[in-house]
Amino acid sequence: MPSLQVLLFILLGIGAIATSVATITRRNPVASAMNLVAHFFMLFGLYLTLQAQFVAIVQILVYAGAIMVLVIFVIMLLNLGKEQSLDEKFSPYKVLGMIMASAFVVMMMSMILGKPSGYTQLSDKALANGTTESIGNVLFTQYLFPFEIISLLLLAALIGAVVLANRTAVK
Amino acid sequence: MTDILQFIFTNPFTSAVAKGGLVLNVILIVAAFLVYAERKVSAWMQFRVGPNRVGPLGLLQSFADVLKLYTKEDIVPDNADRFFHRLAPLIAIAIALAILCVLTPASYITIGDVKYYISIAPNVNVGVLIILALTSVAVYGITLAGWSSNNKYSLMGGLRSSAQMISYELSMGLSLVGVLMLAGSLDMNKIVASQANGVWNIVTQPLGFIIFLVSSFAETNRAPFDLPEAEPELVGGYHTEYSGMKFGLFYLAEYANMFTASAVITTLFLGGYHAPGLSTVFSLLGLNVVEGDLLMVLIQVGTFAAKVGFMLFFFIWVRWTLPRFRYDQLMNLGWKVLLPLSLVNIILTGGVMLALQQLSIL
Repeated sequence: MPSLQVLLFILLGIGAIATSVATITRRNPVASAMNLVAHFFMLFGLYLTLQAQFVAIVQILVYAGAIMVLVIFVIMLLNLGKEQSLDEKFSPYKVLGMIMASAFVVMMMSMILGKPSGYTQLSDKALANGTTESIGNVLFTQYLFPFEIISLLLLAALIGAVVLANRTAVK
Repeated sequence: MTDILQFIFTNPFTSAVAKGGLVLNVILIVAAFLVYAERKVSAWMQFRVGPNRVGPLGLLQSFADVLKLYTKEDIVPDNADRFFHRLAPLIAIAIALAILCVLTPASYITIGDVKYYISIAPNVNVGVLIILALTSVAVYGITLAGWSSNNKYSLMGGLRSSAQMISYELSMGLSLVGVLMLAGSLDMNKIVASQANGVWNIVTQPLGFIIFLVSSFAETNRAPFDLPEAEPELVGGYHTEYSGMKFGLFYLAEYANMFTASAVITTLFLGGYHAPGLSTVFSLLGLNVVEGDLLMVLIQVGTFAAKVGFMLFFFIWVRWTLPRFRYDQLMNLGWKVLLPLSLVNIILTGGVMLALQQLSIL
């Protein structure tokens, strides 16, 4: 009898793979987007089994709650209509993409298989490291500079978006 | 008896199922009476009588309504996406109920030296974030309902609601930062404990309270922000094409959301389950009641219920008093008034906290 944690990992892992496959195979764009949302919930569960509460909840708050809502919003406004328009044709780029993807799979497999096999125990520090408090502490002391740089970058992107949108409105 | 209780409530899995089942039943009954209360209060404000035929004082009106919805024909439009048409009300109600897991109607009860926490998920490190995350996900129910119905009024209602919820989520989250700074934790139990001295967060965070209150009205799609279902413009909005119990689920979700919003406001700003001056009353009566006693738990649940009840009345009161906003006014209020104000609130709170720290050191 595997422990509850292993059981949850297996269930959530299967769910995560199934929903991510469905995301790229569904023809209907809304169905595809909703599968991605379901996938984020599976990841949320996986993070929780690793005691990373903050990362888990941010996954839902940011990806499922904000970014995917905007994606759905855009899909509905665009009104794609016939899904056949998304039908793909053969192109040399696709062959190149396949080669790159298989190279990535080989690399990942060598990484996974190279590790000592078997289920490793979760560290005792995992619970303490996953809290909002510890992440906040590290973010605002050790990683303050990268944090500020990223904030500036996002601010610049925000202003850029406003300028682009405004220019078309003025014309 | 105590053995069985101990077995159920010490295992985290079984205790969550047991408490969840209990809370689910309570909330469904509360929601049913809330619909009745809404109709009675609105009647009272408009000098009408309100429902008074089914049962004594019309108390069983909601149950009759639910029976009617169950036996009604379930119509799905021809060109609707059947799967998402069915899924949408389920998402709406599931998320409305899921938020209840972090609420704290009382602290804990001690039976035979063992502490049993009252809330379903006690001591969650990220309690407040769970509430914000789930409210942000709630928009899918309404958006999908609008899209899958294949009706332009439904789609407009769905789009309006998603735009509205995204806009107000930001100020809602930011208005809470002040409370979190004062409590120093995201844990609901600790936030309630930080108000135990009788100074509720509504006193120290008046601006945050007002912003959160207004945002809650917008997030629950209640008047004066009920634009997604504005009947003069959009027929019924996102639930135009819904009938039978699917419509009933949306209706139920609205009232469950109202209950959750009231409970969250109570917990974060109105002192949670703490009754002011309770210790002086106990000392006057010569009683020795400590936290964990059955009497204390009952008093805490009662206090919590009274505060939530007042907030629910406030929600109904506002709905039957204020006219509906126009769409551009709604967006202006969210982005140009509430968002900057919530940022000001964070800076003010931080400044005052820093000043107080400096003064006590000097």
